[in-house]
Amino acid sequence: MTVRIVEQPFDPARELAAFARGRSDVGAVASFTGLVRDEHGGERILAMTLEHYPGMTERQLARIEAEARARWPLLDALVIHRVGRMLPGEPIVLVATASAHRAAALEACAFLIDWLKTKAPFWKLEETPTGARWVEARASDDAAAARWERREPSSPR
Amino acid sequence: MRIRYFAWLKQRVGRAEEEVVLPNEIATVGQLKAWLAGRYPRFAEACAATGVVKAAVDQEFAEDDRPLAGAREVAFFPPVTGG
Repeated sequence: MTVRIVEQPFDPARELAAFARGRSDVGAVASFTGLVRDEHGGERILAMTLEHYPGMTERQLARIEAEARARWPLLDALVIHRVGRMLPGEPIVLVATASAHRAAALEACAFLIDWLKTKAPFWKLEETPTGARWVEARASDDAAAARWERREPSSPR
Repeated sequence: MRIRYFAWLKQRVGRAEEEVVLPNEIATVGQLKAWLAGRYPRFAEACAATGVVKAAVDQEFAEDDRPLAGAREVAFFPPVTGG
């Protein structure tokens, strides 16, 4: 299991190529990559700056990852989150999970990004042509995270 | 005790962190919030809106009733927006 906070651009393809490499017990790898968009709410986005709470961020991500491992039979997990200033098209976050079978990998990957979005101390500042503005938390993110509060992991139902 | 502020709360308060010596009667996160609101009108404005000011005690999320005894660092910030 790996959690990394990075200040420089990273290459999701390269990270995924190295993830779970050389393991013959992994039958499924799922991943999510979040990218900076060039538009939000009808306004052009010139750049995005991610602020975080060093120390607490790593602690929360490790905790979220441990929760995923407790719920699903994961063989490996990876979370990389960029901080600092980045441009449209650049990756912000990569979550990857490896398991013997696809259901655990897919569900754990969705769980990790949903909980990361609501439980890890990051804040987005968008630069637009009319100035900078802090991104507001979205109720839909809370709802996405909340669905994992009730649900049991994928076991035979 | 060290107080830290993040994102737009940092801008409202005008500082990223500060060391404070708390009066004895300030025993919980909620009381600390009210005490800081007395010093920073724009922090008070943010606290007046429900759910906008989140807190962490020693880097763990904390509600208003969380005791401060033994705490070294308290942080205040808006709802998180990472990912």
